[in-house]
Amino acid sequence: MNPIRNFSIIAHIDHGKSTLADRLIQFTGVVNDRDFQDQILDNMDIERERGITIKSQAISLPYRAADGRLYALNLIDTPGHVDFTYEVSRSLASCEGVLLLIDAAQGVQAQTLANLYLAMEHDLTIIPVINKIDLPSADVERVIEQIDSELGLDPDTHLACSAKEGTGIEKILEAIVERIPPPGGDPEAPLAALIFDAKYDPFRGTVIHCRIVNGRVKAGDVIRLMYNGAAYRVEEVGRFILRREKRESLSAGEVGYVIAGVKTVSDVRTGDTITLDHRPCAAPLPGFKEVKPVVFASIYPIASDDYEDLAVSLEKYKLNDASFIYEKDSSAALGQGFRCGFLGLLHLDIVQERLEREYDLSIILSVPSVRYRFTLKDGSVIYVDNPTHYPEPMSIAKAEEPYIRASMMLPERYLGAVMKLCMEKRGVNSTLNYPNPGRAELVYEMPLAEVIFDFYDRFKSVTQGYGSFDYDLIDYRESNLALLDILVNGEKVDALSQIVHRERARARGLQACERLKEEIPRQMFKIAIQGAIGGEIVSRTTISAFRKDVIAKCYGGDITRKRKLLEKQKKGKKRMKMIGNVSIPQSAFLAVLKSDAE
Amino acid sequence: MRNETAALPGLYIHIPFCLSKCPYCDFYSVERTGRIPAFLDALRREIALCRDALEPFDSVYIGGGTPSVLSPADLEALVDRLRRGFTVTPDAEITLEANPSDISPRLLEPLRRAGVNRLNIGVQSLEDRLLAFLGRRHDRARAVAAFSAARAAGFERVGIDLLFGIPGQTLPSWLASLREAVDLNPDHLSCYQLTIEAGTPLGERHRAGEFRSLDESLQADFFLETAATLEAAGYIHYEVSNFARDRCESRHNAKYWNHTPYLGLGPAAHSFRGTERRWNHRCLESYIGDLEGGRPPVAGRERLSGAQLRLESLLFGFRTSRGIDLDLFNRRHGGDLYAEKRGLLDELAGEGLVEIGDGFLRPTRSGMAVADRLALI
Repeated sequence: MNPIRNFSIIAHIDHGKSTLADRLIQFTGVVNDRDFQDQILDNMDIERERGITIKSQAISLPYRAADGRLYALNLIDTPGHVDFTYEVSRSLASCEGVLLLIDAAQGVQAQTLANLYLAMEHDLTIIPVINKIDLPSADVERVIEQIDSELGLDPDTHLACSAKEGTGIEKILEAIVERIPPPGGDPEAPLAALIFDAKYDPFRGTVIHCRIVNGRVKAGDVIRLMYNGAAYRVEEVGRFILRREKRESLSAGEVGYVIAGVKTVSDVRTGDTITLDHRPCAAPLPGFKEVKPVVFASIYPIASDDYEDLAVSLEKYKLNDASFIYEKDSSAALGQGFRCGFLGLLHLDIVQERLEREYDLSIILSVPSVRYRFTLKDGSVIYVDNPTHYPEPMSIAKAEEPYIRASMMLPERYLGAVMKLCMEKRGVNSTLNYPNPGRAELVYEMPLAEVIFDFYDRFKSVTQGYGSFDYDLIDYRESNLALLDILVNGEKVDALSQIVHRERARARGLQACERLKEEIPRQMFKIAIQGAIGGEIVSRTTISAFRKDVIAKCYGGDITRKRKLLEKQKKGKKRMKMIGNVSIPQSAFLAVLKSDAE
Repeated sequence: MRNETAALPGLYIHIPFCLSKCPYCDFYSVERTGRIPAFLDALRREIALCRDALEPFDSVYIGGGTPSVLSPADLEALVDRLRRGFTVTPDAEITLEANPSDISPRLLEPLRRAGVNRLNIGVQSLEDRLLAFLGRRHDRARAVAAFSAARAAGFERVGIDLLFGIPGQTLPSWLASLREAVDLNPDHLSCYQLTIEAGTPLGERHRAGEFRSLDESLQADFFLETAATLEAAGYIHYEVSNFARDRCESRHNAKYWNHTPYLGLGPAAHSFRGTERRWNHRCLESYIGDLEGGRPPVAGRERLSGAQLRLESLLFGFRTSRGIDLDLFNRRHGGDLYAEKRGLLDELAGEGLVEIGDGFLRPTRSGMAVADRLALI
């Protein structure tokens, strides 16, 4: 009998995924209580603080089951956001089963469903686990009912636990052993290993995280990455027991790592197949997709002296984030910077925060954009992801923008509100299905630009968190575009420009002015903010100047107190970009995209 | 005003007692007047400890709290002790803060004898309902009587403190009070906008939503109208909250704004010298305890960096009509302020917030209203 089980935990956000992982790790004694810390798999500060997982993690849990045998339970932790759906799908492709975690008080939620469908796509064994049964508001009966009616799973298969209290953990471990099938695969077949993640180690280079589907791999083997054909000599293989643990070899069914002198994580593609150079497998494993950035924005240092530091930091950051791309860029208003590509707005947000936190940089991001396609009158075709490079309007023969197919699952009662939202976002060609009574599956084709900006938050809001959402890029479609410029005190700020649909241009101009009025702090001068399309002013607002800002008393003890406040304000001002005499905060550049629907 | 490089240091004494605490005030004071003897004893020790600190003083300011809660005899003895303990120049400005309720010939005579030559009366308002809101012990009639008594006793220099922006006060009612105050002909007026301080009873009531603070635009109107009214009446608006007849500016307070050294005695008092500011315990019992043990009652100190001194100079400069002496500023802090900020300063001048001339950078009245903002240039 194969003693390996590969599984993931999937759940709606805050249903206790990290806490359950913590308990499983503790129960199996991988880490002693002294060394234990909460959310042990979320290594990054940013993951702990936001309570989300960004990078995939794997850990092998040794477990002696009731049958007396010792099992290796490989837990593959997955990221939890739509920007990283592809990474999640690769992690799930490395498993045979999942624990589908449901909060006993909140019941089935949007991501519960989205994750369930992902798991079903991969034909995984699903073990529904009701968590937080210790809560006073827990309603286990209701959740059991939902498992049947909403998830379409056998309610008798459910387990219950309180990850917080540590109850029900052993039953879960037993169920993993009993119900999740051992991995198949033939250790004697040619090597086929699925890459589900890669991390950069400053001493060893890239550490490839993979699931061996067939064959075996050991140090000294020459491997080939099937996507780009690059060959490497394997230096070390092993498993994860919190840290890396070196092994002789990895064989079919196992989850572990391969170190093979790969310089950067960008040389490795998630979802790619590793095989042996001298005995390759016939075809790569299915499901590989090259992940391409869809959102672009420029990053500038707030102090232009920090440009070199930013360049070095981006290079270092890139070592560990293959989906992030960047190149040199410059702005009339903001100076030297870099144009960067991201998987989505969360990815952008994370990159920004990590650059600031881990590399101690103060940066400004320009207004994000998708990549547009223009056919010019001379017949040439150009792609523009930076409004600064918007072609001369007279030279444009055809303008196109990327479209996506958005799939949404939601309780029927929110259908009206979601359809209204999709129409507002220029959605077309909708289809509607009812996979279960009361639950609707809605598909729309929409411009990507409408979806990445402000759609997800509003979708969650109108469905009160019960809607799940996923999308695929489909094609480019002709569109009537215009360039919206923003002028601050008469000066064009190119980093605030955006490419918009012409019919919405006026509304977007108004909206951008209003947002900027909220984000730009009042200053000693009146600030005029204008939106302009092709030189025509379409909107304007004014930020009034301070009239009174002075403390009444300034004697002995007041002085130190006041000076400290001023020092704090000065520091805050340093984190803003001076454009002319106007200080513009970081937040303004993203805020112009937010609509005022809420 | 005098050239600050030659200015002599000032001496401040904090008397940390009040008969009743006003709900808006966040100066340090206690109601335990039974501790006055212990405090005076501790103060005596502190004077002895600081004997060779900074001398001579050409200004003494006795503030609080309510200094006038001390008995006339105690106050007379205190001033005597200061004169014996330190060198105080013969022409020194010696100011006492007093509550109108405490002012009577019984207090004024000994003060005159001791050499106190300037009185600052905490009138705060001339409207009885506002005085009640502020929790003051006196009413309008008492305040007016106190002022007259001070004049009758021969005090030539009498200033009064007023508050504006009190909940329930309108701009017209404030300006009417202000004109009545001018009719008393004080030579100095301090007009403070009421600051709602967190942690005070008034701050709590504000937090609980009992009243709203003035919106910024109305604050500006109060401020600008106050200045216009008093300047029309012949007062010089020499600092954000201070107005004086010519040559009647408070010599002592100017030292806070010129980085002139000062020695502060008493709980919570601050001292400054060169680049160091230090402060005493904001706790009467710690203050007494330290001095009984022979230790200086210092709770903390800070050494000001060049950048901090520079920031303070800007803050003070934009608060005072004298403004920033560009030459002196550049010598003290290095660089060339006007050359470095020329574009911004010219624009501020264009907006009517500052004036540049005679080597000085001065705030206008509207500029003074945003002095804290100007300091961030």
